[in-house]
Amino acid sequence: MVSRTTDDYQDMVTAGCAAVCEPAFWAGYDRSGVQGFHDYFCQLTDYEPKRAAKFGLPHYTWLCINPKESEDVNLAEEVIGIIPQFIDKPNVLGIGEIGLNKNSRNEMKVLEMHVDLAARTNSLILVHTPHLEDKLKGTRLILDVLRSDKRIRPERCIIDHVEEHTVGMVLDAGFWAGMTLYPESKCSPARAIDIIENYANERLWMNSACDWGVSVPLAVPRTALEMRRRGHNPEFIDKMIYQNPARFMGQCPKFKLPV
Amino acid sequence: MTRQQVLDLYFMESRFKLVEIAAFLDRVDRGDGKADFRLDAFRKGMKELGGKKPGRAKKVLLAFSDPTKKPIAKAHGKGACGAWPGK
Ligand SMILES: [Zn+2]
Repeated sequence: MVSRTTDDYQDMVTAGCAAVCEPAFWAGYDRSGVQGFHDYFCQLTDYEPKRAAKFGLPHYTWLCINPKESEDVNLAEEVIGIIPQFIDKPNVLGIGEIGLNKNSRNEMKVLEMHVDLAARTNSLILVHTPHLEDKLKGTRLILDVLRSDKRIRPERCIIDHVEEHTVGMVLDAGFWAGMTLYPESKCSPARAIDIIENYANERLWMNSACDWGVSVPLAVPRTALEMRRRGHNPEFIDKMIYQNPARFMGQCPKFKLPV
Repeated sequence: MTRQQVLDLYFMESRFKLVEIAAFLDRVDRGDGKADFRLDAFRKGMKELGGKKPGRAKKVLLAFSDPTKKPIAKAHGKGACGAWPGK
Protein backbone atom coordinates (compact mmCIF):
# COMPACT_ATOMS: atom_id res chain seq x y z
CA MET A 1 0.00 0.00 0.00
CA VAL A 2 2.07 2.83 -1.37
CA SER A 3 0.56 5.51 0.85
CA ARG A 4 0.74 3.56 4.13
CA THR A 5 3.47 2.74 6.61
CA THR A 6 4.95 -0.65 7.40
CA ASP A 7 3.06 -0.54 10.72
CA ASP A 8 -0.09 -1.09 8.70
CA TYR A 9 1.37 -4.22 7.07
CA GLN A 10 2.37 -5.53 10.50
CA ASP A 11 -1.07 -4.83 11.93
CA MET A 12 -2.78 -6.54 9.00
CA VAL A 13 -0.68 -9.68 9.34
CA THR A 14 -1.25 -9.67 13.10
CA ALA A 15 -5.00 -9.42 12.51
CA GLY A 16 -4.90 -12.46 10.22
CA CYS A 17 -5.01 -10.85 6.76
CA ALA A 18 -3.85 -13.39 4.17
CA ALA A 19 -3.08 -11.02 1.28
CA VAL A 20 -3.32 -7.39 0.29
CA CYS A 21 -4.92 -6.31 -2.97
CA GLU A 22 -4.04 -2.77 -4.08
CA PRO A 23 -5.68 -1.02 -7.02
CA ALA A 24 -3.99 1.74 -9.01
CA PHE A 25 -5.63 4.94 -7.85
CA TRP A 26 -5.29 8.69 -7.63
CA ALA A 27 -2.23 9.93 -5.74
CA GLY A 28 -4.03 12.96 -4.27
CA TYR A 29 -2.56 15.06 -7.09
CA ASP A 30 -2.49 14.70 -10.87
CA ARG A 31 0.61 13.05 -12.28
CA SER A 32 2.29 15.29 -14.84
CA GLY A 33 2.64 12.73 -17.62
CA VAL A 34 2.86 9.12 -18.70
CA GLN A 35 6.31 8.72 -17.11
CA GLY A 36 4.75 9.30 -13.70
CA PHE A 37 2.40 6.37 -14.34
CA HIS A 38 5.28 4.23 -15.57
CA ASP A 39 7.09 4.81 -12.28
CA TYR A 40 3.89 4.17 -10.31
CA PHE A 41 3.29 0.87 -12.11
CA CYS A 42 6.91 -0.13 -11.36
CA GLN A 43 6.26 0.67 -7.71
CA LEU A 44 3.05 -1.41 -7.68
CA THR A 45 4.54 -4.42 -9.45
CA ASP A 46 8.09 -4.48 -8.14
CA TYR A 47 8.87 -2.46 -5.01
CA GLU A 48 5.59 -2.73 -3.11
CA PRO A 49 5.26 -6.55 -3.30
CA LYS A 50 8.79 -6.78 -1.89
CA ARG A 51 7.93 -4.37 0.93
CA ALA A 52 4.80 -6.37 1.83
CA ALA A 53 6.71 -9.66 1.58
CA LYS A 54 9.01 -8.51 4.39
CA PHE A 55 5.96 -8.88 6.64
CA GLY A 56 4.81 -12.16 5.12
CA LEU A 57 1.93 -10.56 3.25
CA PRO A 58 1.37 -11.53 -0.42
CA HIS A 59 0.72 -8.36 -2.45
CA TYR A 60 -1.53 -8.18 -5.53
CA THR A 61 -2.37 -5.17 -7.65
CA TRP A 62 -4.55 -3.77 -10.44
CA LEU A 63 -3.43 -1.30 -13.12
CA CYS A 64 -5.13 1.64 -14.84
CA ILE A 65 -5.35 5.40 -14.98
CA ASN A 66 -7.79 6.39 -12.24
CA PRO A 67 -11.13 7.99 -13.21
CA LYS A 68 -10.06 11.17 -11.40
CA GLU A 69 -7.34 11.62 -14.05
CA SER A 70 -9.50 10.48 -16.97
CA GLU A 71 -10.68 13.89 -18.18
CA ASP A 72 -7.47 14.11 -20.23
CA VAL A 73 -8.15 11.50 -22.91
CA ASN A 74 -4.76 11.91 -24.61
CA LEU A 75 -2.91 11.21 -21.38
CA ALA A 76 -5.21 8.25 -20.72
CA GLU A 77 -4.42 6.80 -24.16
CA GLU A 78 -0.71 7.03 -23.42
CA VAL A 79 -1.10 5.42 -20.00
CA ILE A 80 -3.31 2.62 -21.30
CA GLY A 81 -0.65 2.11 -23.97
CA ILE A 82 2.01 1.19 -21.39
CA ILE A 83 -0.15 -1.13 -19.26
CA PRO A 84 0.55 -4.18 -21.49
CA GLN A 85 4.24 -3.91 -20.44
CA PHE A 86 3.12 -4.67 -16.87
CA ILE A 87 0.04 -6.85 -17.25
CA ASP A 88 1.97 -10.15 -17.10
CA LYS A 89 3.85 -9.28 -13.90
CA PRO A 90 3.19 -12.00 -11.31
CA ASN A 91 1.17 -9.83 -8.91
CA VAL A 92 -1.13 -8.11 -11.44
CA LEU A 93 -4.70 -9.41 -11.18
CA GLY A 94 -6.32 -7.20 -13.79
CA ILE A 95 -7.47 -3.73 -14.80
CA GLY A 96 -8.59 -1.36 -12.02
CA GLU A 97 -9.79 0.63 -10.37
CA ILE A 98 -11.38 1.98 -13.52
CA GLY A 99 -14.79 3.64 -13.65
CA LEU A 100 -16.17 7.15 -13.38
CA ASN A 101 -15.69 10.11 -11.05
CA LYS A 102 -17.85 13.04 -12.23
CA ASN A 103 -19.67 11.04 -14.95
CA SER A 104 -18.28 13.07 -17.85
CA ARG A 105 -18.11 12.14 -21.52
CA ASN A 106 -14.32 11.91 -21.45
CA GLU A 107 -14.39 9.69 -18.38
CA MET A 108 -16.82 7.43 -20.29
CA LYS A 109 -14.41 7.26 -23.26
CA VAL A 110 -11.53 6.30 -21.00
CA LEU A 111 -13.68 3.71 -19.24
CA GLU A 112 -14.50 2.14 -22.61
CA MET A 113 -10.81 2.08 -23.51
CA HIS A 114 -9.99 0.28 -20.26
CA VAL A 115 -12.82 -2.20 -20.77
CA ASP A 116 -11.48 -2.90 -24.26
CA LEU A 117 -7.98 -3.48 -22.85
CA ALA A 118 -9.38 -5.88 -20.24
CA ALA A 119 -11.31 -7.77 -22.91
CA ARG A 120 -8.27 -8.01 -25.21
CA THR A 121 -6.04 -9.26 -22.39
CA ASN A 122 -8.72 -11.45 -20.77
CA SER A 123 -8.20 -9.61 -17.46
CA LEU A 124 -10.38 -9.34 -14.40
CA ILE A 125 -11.90 -5.87 -13.88
CA LEU A 126 -12.14 -3.81 -10.68
CA VAL A 127 -14.47 -0.81 -10.98
CA HIS A 128 -14.54 2.35 -8.84
CA THR A 129 -17.99 3.94 -8.60
CA PRO A 130 -18.21 7.70 -8.01
CA HIS A 131 -18.60 9.31 -4.64
CA LEU A 132 -21.66 10.66 -2.87
CA GLU A 133 -24.22 12.40 -5.12
CA ASP A 134 -22.54 11.06 -8.28
CA LYS A 135 -22.63 7.37 -7.32
CA LEU A 136 -26.15 6.47 -8.44
CA LYS A 137 -25.80 7.93 -11.92
CA GLY A 138 -22.20 6.72 -12.30
CA THR A 139 -23.08 3.17 -11.34
CA ARG A 140 -25.87 3.09 -13.91
CA LEU A 141 -23.57 4.44 -16.63
CA ILE A 142 -20.79 1.97 -15.73
CA LEU A 143 -23.19 -0.97 -15.90
CA ASP A 144 -24.34 0.25 -19.33
CA VAL A 145 -20.73 0.36 -20.60
CA LEU A 146 -19.88 -3.09 -19.26
CA ARG A 147 -23.08 -4.68 -20.55
CA SER A 148 -22.68 -3.18 -24.00
CA ASP A 149 -19.31 -4.91 -24.52
CA LYS A 150 -20.31 -8.49 -25.24
CA ARG A 151 -16.81 -9.79 -24.51
CA ILE A 152 -17.17 -8.87 -20.84
CA ARG A 153 -18.39 -11.55 -18.43
CA PRO A 154 -20.04 -9.99 -15.37
CA GLU A 155 -18.75 -12.68 -13.03
CA ARG A 156 -15.22 -11.48 -13.82
CA CYS A 157 -15.93 -7.86 -12.81
CA ILE A 158 -16.32 -6.38 -9.35
CA ILE A 159 -18.14 -3.08 -8.96
CA ASP A 160 -16.70 -1.47 -5.87
CA HIS A 161 -17.95 1.07 -3.29
CA VAL A 162 -21.59 -0.02 -3.55
CA GLU A 163 -24.07 1.30 -1.00
CA GLU A 164 -27.74 0.64 -0.29
CA HIS A 165 -28.92 2.49 -3.41
CA THR A 166 -26.57 0.73 -5.87
CA VAL A 167 -25.93 -2.78 -4.57
CA GLY A 168 -29.19 -4.21 -5.93
CA MET A 169 -28.65 -3.12 -9.53
CA VAL A 170 -25.05 -4.45 -9.50
CA LEU A 171 -25.97 -7.89 -8.19
CA ASP A 172 -29.08 -8.14 -10.38
CA ALA A 173 -26.88 -7.59 -13.44
CA GLY A 174 -24.67 -10.55 -12.44
CA PHE A 175 -21.60 -8.58 -11.32
CA TRP A 176 -19.72 -8.88 -8.05
CA ALA A 177 -20.26 -6.01 -5.62
CA GLY A 178 -17.64 -4.60 -3.24
CA MET A 179 -18.39 -2.61 -0.10
CA THR A 180 -15.58 -0.26 0.84
CA LEU A 181 -15.33 0.44 4.55
CA TYR A 182 -14.46 4.06 5.13
CA PRO A 183 -14.78 6.23 8.21
CA GLU A 184 -16.41 9.27 6.59
CA SER A 185 -18.24 8.14 3.48
CA LYS A 186 -18.99 4.98 1.54
CA CYS A 187 -19.92 2.19 3.98
CA SER A 188 -19.60 1.71 7.74
CA PRO A 189 -19.10 -1.80 9.16
CA ALA A 190 -22.67 -1.82 10.52
CA ARG A 191 -24.20 -0.87 7.16
CA ALA A 192 -22.02 -3.34 5.28
CA ILE A 193 -23.31 -6.13 7.52
CA ASP A 194 -26.88 -4.88 6.99
CA ILE A 195 -26.32 -5.20 3.23
CA ILE A 196 -24.88 -8.69 3.69
CA GLU A 197 -27.97 -9.64 5.68
CA ASN A 198 -30.39 -8.14 3.15
CA TYR A 199 -28.92 -9.27 -0.19
CA ALA A 200 -27.74 -12.52 -1.72
CA ASN A 201 -24.14 -12.74 -0.56
CA GLU A 202 -22.57 -15.09 -3.12
CA ARG A 203 -21.02 -12.20 -5.07
CA LEU A 204 -20.43 -9.69 -2.26
CA TRP A 205 -17.19 -8.74 -0.54
CA MET A 206 -15.84 -6.05 1.77
CA ASN A 207 -12.60 -4.12 1.54
CA SER A 208 -10.76 -1.66 3.74
CA ALA A 209 -9.94 1.70 2.18
CA CYS A 210 -6.18 2.17 2.74
CA ASP A 211 -5.29 5.39 1.01
CA TRP A 212 -3.58 8.69 1.83
CA GLY A 213 -6.74 10.07 3.49
CA VAL A 214 -8.28 9.09 6.81
CA SER A 215 -8.82 5.36 6.38
CA VAL A 216 -8.54 2.17 8.41
CA PRO A 217 -6.52 -0.77 7.03
CA LEU A 218 -8.04 -3.07 9.67
CA ALA A 219 -11.64 -2.16 8.76
CA VAL A 220 -12.37 -5.67 7.43
CA PRO A 221 -11.14 -7.53 10.55
CA ARG A 222 -13.05 -5.03 12.70
CA THR A 223 -16.18 -5.72 10.67
CA ALA A 224 -15.62 -9.43 11.28
CA LEU A 225 -15.67 -8.64 15.01
CA GLU A 226 -18.91 -6.74 14.56
CA MET A 227 -20.40 -9.69 12.68
CA ARG A 228 -19.49 -11.84 15.67
CA ARG A 229 -21.24 -9.37 18.01
CA ARG A 230 -24.34 -9.78 15.87
CA GLY A 231 -24.19 -13.53 16.29
CA HIS A 232 -23.02 -14.60 12.84
CA ASN A 233 -21.26 -17.95 12.90
CA PRO A 234 -17.52 -18.30 12.13
CA GLU A 235 -18.14 -20.15 8.85
CA PHE A 236 -20.31 -17.36 7.49
CA ILE A 237 -17.86 -14.67 8.63
CA ASP A 238 -15.04 -16.60 6.93
CA LYS A 239 -17.09 -16.76 3.75
CA MET A 240 -17.58 -13.01 3.69
CA ILE A 241 -14.06 -11.88 4.59
CA TYR A 242 -11.98 -14.68 3.02
CA GLN A 243 -13.75 -17.22 0.81
CA ASN A 244 -15.70 -14.77 -1.34
CA PRO A 245 -12.75 -12.50 -2.19
CA ALA A 246 -10.57 -15.56 -2.78
CA ARG A 247 -13.19 -17.00 -5.13
CA PHE A 248 -13.38 -13.79 -7.17
CA MET A 249 -9.64 -13.14 -7.36
CA GLY A 250 -8.94 -16.86 -7.86
CA GLN A 251 -10.39 -16.42 -11.36
CA CYS A 252 -6.96 -14.99 -12.14
CA PRO A 253 -4.54 -17.98 -12.13
CA LYS A 254 -1.81 -15.78 -10.63
CA PHE A 255 -3.76 -15.34 -7.39
CA LYS A 256 -2.51 -17.84 -4.83
CA LEU A 257 -3.03 -17.74 -1.08
CA PRO A 258 -0.55 -19.21 1.39
CA VAL A 259 -1.64 -22.73 2.42
CA MET B 1 -30.95 -10.60 16.11
CA THR B 2 -33.99 -9.78 18.23
CA ARG B 3 -35.12 -6.15 18.43
CA GLN B 4 -33.79 -6.09 22.00
CA GLN B 5 -30.38 -7.21 20.77
CA VAL B 6 -30.37 -4.55 18.04
CA LEU B 7 -31.18 -1.92 20.64
CA ASP B 8 -28.52 -3.25 23.00
CA LEU B 9 -25.89 -3.02 20.24
CA TYR B 10 -26.87 0.15 18.41
CA PHE B 11 -29.17 2.35 20.50
CA MET B 12 -26.52 4.46 22.25
CA GLU B 13 -24.56 5.06 19.07
CA SER B 14 -27.69 6.01 17.12
CA ARG B 15 -28.94 8.24 19.92
CA PHE B 16 -25.59 10.04 19.84
CA LYS B 17 -25.86 10.55 16.06
CA LEU B 18 -29.42 11.84 16.32
CA VAL B 19 -28.39 14.47 18.88
CA GLU B 20 -25.47 15.43 16.62
CA ILE B 21 -27.92 16.04 13.75
CA ALA B 22 -30.19 18.12 15.95
CA ALA B 23 -27.23 20.21 17.10
CA PHE B 24 -26.08 20.60 13.48
CA LEU B 25 -29.49 21.98 12.47
CA ASP B 26 -29.45 24.39 15.43
CA ARG B 27 -25.96 25.50 14.35
CA VAL B 28 -27.19 26.12 10.80
CA ASP B 29 -30.07 28.20 12.20
CA ARG B 30 -27.70 30.30 14.27
CA GLY B 31 -25.48 31.01 11.25
CA ASP B 32 -25.79 34.17 9.15
CA GLY B 33 -26.58 34.37 5.47
CA LYS B 34 -28.20 31.92 3.10
CA ALA B 35 -27.96 28.14 3.12
CA ASP B 36 -27.78 26.23 -0.18
CA PHE B 37 -29.01 23.08 -1.93
CA ARG B 38 -27.16 20.87 0.55
CA LEU B 39 -29.50 21.84 3.37
CA ASP B 40 -32.54 21.24 1.15
CA ALA B 41 -31.24 17.77 0.32
CA PHE B 42 -30.55 17.13 4.00
CA ARG B 43 -34.10 18.04 4.94
CA LYS B 44 -35.42 15.84 2.12
CA GLY B 45 -33.32 12.97 3.44
CA MET B 46 -34.55 13.55 6.99
CA LYS B 47 -38.15 13.11 5.87
CA GLU B 48 -37.31 9.53 4.94
CA LEU B 49 -36.45 8.74 8.56
CA GLY B 50 -40.09 9.07 9.56
CA GLY B 51 -41.27 6.47 7.03
CA LYS B 52 -42.86 3.28 8.27
CA LYS B 53 -41.34 0.97 5.63
CA PRO B 54 -37.79 -0.44 5.50
CA GLY B 55 -35.28 0.82 2.94
CA ARG B 56 -34.73 4.14 4.72
CA ALA B 57 -30.95 4.18 4.14
CA LYS B 58 -31.51 3.70 0.41
CA LYS B 59 -34.12 6.45 0.32
CA VAL B 60 -31.85 8.88 2.19
CA LEU B 61 -29.03 8.16 -0.28
CA LEU B 62 -31.42 8.72 -3.19
CA ALA B 63 -32.42 12.09 -1.70
CA PHE B 64 -28.80 13.25 -2.11
CA SER B 65 -28.23 11.66 -5.55
CA ASP B 66 -28.04 13.08 -9.06
CA PRO B 67 -31.09 11.48 -10.72
CA THR B 68 -30.10 12.37 -14.31
CA LYS B 69 -28.98 9.78 -16.85
CA LYS B 70 -26.69 11.47 -19.40
CA PRO B 71 -22.93 12.03 -18.97
CA ILE B 72 -21.99 15.67 -18.36
CA ALA B 73 -20.02 17.51 -21.05
CA LYS B 74 -16.89 18.01 -18.97
CA ALA B 75 -15.67 17.35 -15.43
CA HIS B 76 -14.92 20.65 -13.71
CA GLY B 77 -12.88 19.61 -10.71
CA LYS B 78 -12.83 16.21 -9.07
CA GLY B 79 -14.69 16.48 -5.79
CA ALA B 80 -18.23 15.67 -4.73
CA CYS B 81 -20.03 17.77 -2.12
CA GLY B 82 -22.56 15.19 -0.95
CA ALA B 83 -25.72 16.59 -2.54
CA TRP B 84 -26.87 17.17 -6.10
CA PRO B 85 -27.08 20.91 -6.85
CA GLY B 86 -29.69 20.38 -9.57
CA LYS B 87 -29.47 21.64 -13.11
ZN1 LIG C 1 -12.26 3.78 -5.65
